[in-house]
Amino acid sequence: MYKPEAENIIIVKDLVKRFGSFVANDHLSFEVKKGEIFGFLGANGAGKTTTIRILCGLSYPTSGKLIVGGFDIYKERDNIKKNIGYMSQKFSLYDDLTVFENIRFYAGIYGLRKNIIEKRASDLMEKLDMKEARDKLIRDIPLGWKQKLAFSVAIIHNPKIVFLDEPTGGVDPVTRRQFWDMIFAASRNEITIFVTTHYMDEAEYCDRVSIMVDGKIAALDTPENLKKTYGAGSMNEVFLQLARVKVD
Amino acid sequence: MPAILVEHIAKNFAQVKALSEISFTVDRSELFGFIGPDGAGKTTLFRILTTLLVPDEGKALVNGLDVVKDYRKIRQDIGYMPGKFSLYTDLSVEENLNFYATVFGTTVAENYDLIRDIYIQIEPFKKRKAGKLSGGMKQKLALSCALIHKPSVLILDEPTTGVDAVSRLEFWEMLKRLKGSGITIVVSTPYMDEASLCDRVALIQNGKIMAISSPSEVIKTYPWRLFSVTSNDIYSLLIDLRQYPKINTVFAFGQSAHISFKEVRVDEESLCKYLEGKGHSGIKIVPLEANIEDCFMELMIKT
Repeated sequence: MYKPEAENIIIVKDLVKRFGSFVANDHLSFEVKKGEIFGFLGANGAGKTTTIRILCGLSYPTSGKLIVGGFDIYKERDNIKKNIGYMSQKFSLYDDLTVFENIRFYAGIYGLRKNIIEKRASDLMEKLDMKEARDKLIRDIPLGWKQKLAFSVAIIHNPKIVFLDEPTGGVDPVTRRQFWDMIFAASRNEITIFVTTHYMDEAEYCDRVSIMVDGKIAALDTPENLKKTYGAGSMNEVFLQLARVKVD
Repeated sequence: MPAILVEHIAKNFAQVKALSEISFTVDRSELFGFIGPDGAGKTTLFRILTTLLVPDEGKALVNGLDVVKDYRKIRQDIGYMPGKFSLYTDLSVEENLNFYATVFGTTVAENYDLIRDIYIQIEPFKKRKAGKLSGGMKQKLALSCALIHKPSVLILDEPTTGVDAVSRLEFWEMLKRLKGSGITIVVSTPYMDEASLCDRVALIQNGKIMAISSPSEVIKTYPWRLFSVTSNDIYSLLIDLRQYPKINTVFAFGQSAHISFKEVRVDEESLCKYLEGKGHSGIKIVPLEANIEDCFMELMIKT
């Protein structure tokens, strides 16, 4: 939930990232509030993935000041990695490990103790109604289950922030909504959600949305205000107005 | 003769029923969409239609030719754009296009008219390796290559998946123009909102077709009374609506919830009072016509 008075869990000030002569991120500045669902939208190639990689401590910016979860992006990357979760449609779980093995693996990576892992794993499988599937290989369970499990695993260490990079691509409409229920619930538990998506109805589930065009933030506001500002009936129209002229 | 005729197709992979009892026809110059999530069976079906996979049961004809017996002839007649980018990433844009033209025994010049509108957008990058193109450009090159031998039937497997809303819109505009030139187009997509851009759609899930019709006809079959509800807090709204005894279904749609009732008489006032009692403010309850996604979810529940 967006509360203007809440602490800034992500602070980005004048972020620039160059690849040779190409400017992928061109002086980005924004803040994300604790517990907020922050939608990070943009056309393909607008520079979203570059920003996410920097925020996760996987790539250094060319210049700019960035604080993630209270930690400096240049000096405290290890602390950042311990305090964030990450999930994408392309990479989430290991297909040739079982449901339980995946949970144990990720919980271990995130530094949870053995006795805690056992408990969390069984709680999680109970909650997801996957107890019967405990010893099934990931490749043998339905896509919708995988997505829900992948999200749960990404927040198993109770991170301050979870980054979701197109988490719902290709999923059926019912499962997509169940997935968003989980996102809403995590946000109520004060986990900050940073999410990218190509589904414009999902942009409307976000507390605030930023739209990136050509490496710059072209707009940032609540979906409601954005629709008002651009005289649009839906976020899809807002997006088209901002991004249409700039493609490729 | 329809462009495509499919009767009782079934296909299994080990224990997995990828397709069962699939029957449909596609008329000439029709833009026909398969709408369904990953794992619904769309790719398997398209691989059968493009003669890359043999069905276990049933028959499929493309331009009256049998996909099993006449596969060589069919391959000359169709253009296929697979879901996964399948061009040569280490060849340049123009090398890829020339290669596909040559394979089909034609030249780029001969059919340039057909691809000009699309190709012109990537021509400035014609010396660039295909692997170095952006998503939107790859998609345009793949479409150009699928068209260069002037196929009568074009089969596109999820051409807009993972593509942003602007490129998606442009892609559909291209398809509309191609349809105008007489080409039959079969396209699949997981985006429900793209259904309205097709002449007819098949809603597919778990290897079965749940409905085939024009988008407006599909919408007419929605059986319940539907409302859109908004309040100041969408998450609590969804939870509270699900507790309300008379409601049939509750689904989030952007900043509102779509709720359905089986009863014809719906007491909107009591619902409003109930929500107020739960602490909601700014409540709006508006009757609504179903969209394709409402229908898709209804069909999913039913089956």
